[in-house]
Amino acid sequence: MFDFQGYGPGIFGGAILTIELALLSLVLAFILGLLGALGKMSHSRLANGISTFYTTLIRGVPDLVWMMLLFFGGQIMVNAFFDMLYNLSDGRIDIYLPFNEFTSGVLTIGFIFGAYMSETFRGAIMAVDVGQIEAGKAYGMSSMKVFRRILFPQMMRHAIPGLANNWQVLLKTTALVSVIGLADMVRLASEAAKSTGQPFKFLLPAALVYLAISALSDLVFKHLNVRYSAGVERG
Amino acid sequence: MFESAISIFSNPDTWYHYWDGFVTTVQLVFLSLLVGGLLAVPLAIMRTSKNRFISWPVWCFTYVFRGTPLLIQLYMIYYGVTLIDGIQESIWWVIFEGAFYPALIAFALNTAAYTTEIFRGAIEATPRGEIEAAKAYGMNWAKRMRRIILPSAFRRAIPAYSNEVIFMLHSSSIASLVTLIDLLGAARDIYARYYAPFEAFISIGLVYLCITFGILAIFKQIEKRMLGHLKPR
Repeated sequence: MFDFQGYGPGIFGGAILTIELALLSLVLAFILGLLGALGKMSHSRLANGISTFYTTLIRGVPDLVWMMLLFFGGQIMVNAFFDMLYNLSDGRIDIYLPFNEFTSGVLTIGFIFGAYMSETFRGAIMAVDVGQIEAGKAYGMSSMKVFRRILFPQMMRHAIPGLANNWQVLLKTTALVSVIGLADMVRLASEAAKSTGQPFKFLLPAALVYLAISALSDLVFKHLNVRYSAGVERG
Repeated sequence: MFESAISIFSNPDTWYHYWDGFVTTVQLVFLSLLVGGLLAVPLAIMRTSKNRFISWPVWCFTYVFRGTPLLIQLYMIYYGVTLIDGIQESIWWVIFEGAFYPALIAFALNTAAYTTEIFRGAIEATPRGEIEAAKAYGMNWAKRMRRIILPSAFRRAIPAYSNEVIFMLHSSSIASLVTLIDLLGAARDIYARYYAPFEAFISIGLVYLCITFGILAIFKQIEKRMLGHLKPR
């Protein structure tokens, strides 16, 4: 039962890679989500338009299509960009940037979930009492300070349930990077399954790892929820 | 820049291929939503049961199917059915030889798990007064379910369910990873034939975008009709 025929260490390494990929994409998605939400709430028409375009386009097209577009077209785009630089600088800038699967995985997942997070954060920002922000401004705080000291700590309480949800979906989406050539857990497990003809032996443990990560993150989010709800009366 | 796009899309074979992919995607999504939805109604009723022996197995089912990637579920079913003893000699092999039915089973079970939780939330949100009134009228459990609880629960579930439908459309693109030629599978073929990633994947992305907007428009109409009484005046 527990004899993985030499595939064990590889799959374990794949699990670590999956976790790294998920966490890095989460950071990117968090930042893009905040920017997107602030753009949607802003009075500037341009910022508004850009963030609406971003969230609509990303959420209307399957993740896998974005991944394939970036993976198969990414190198061409990068090459075209540096060719342009080469021509513009008369050959002084000569860079070849090989496109890396891990980076493109993080970028795609981060960009996709940034769009979902924008919606979460937008709802959370709207749930903060306007009076709080006005009070901050009345104290003479800059808008950056208002965001950091007043808006962010209060909006996080409302954002956490949505954030937890997005994280669970993001975690499962990382399984798709196996298709664009990244040796993550799912790819290694499915290759082992195909070559040994024993699908359940390798795929079930991989599924269990996902379940374990999601159970563990439930605990983390419960803790965060308590933390950000400090000082709020519960009904 | 546009020459390759013109040569790709002036070839009728491209359009036939995309059309076949479109048909496969629509069939897969529609059938899995149908089967998944039919499974989800009894499962959701079981999930809300006060008897632990009834609700716990359903909880396990939804927890496992919602907690693991659909890709793993698909691989397990696709590679797993070949392990069943003697299936390759039986008449079932005609069905399971291709990737369509394994994909359909995986998608239907997956969407059943999500839909069960959506329906459960809607059933549990039934106002207590409505149930008490039904009891006061002397309705038994089955009649209460059929006449009072389920009709209003289905209405309340519509907004969340529309998300699930779009989610299913998007996840159906992973069917292309087990040799099925759905929309994305067709795009991958076009990409491989012409080595034109942008033309192939951007065009298919636009098709998915249009279907998504179509589904959203349909659900907006349904919501207008079914949830009109909840609209803020």
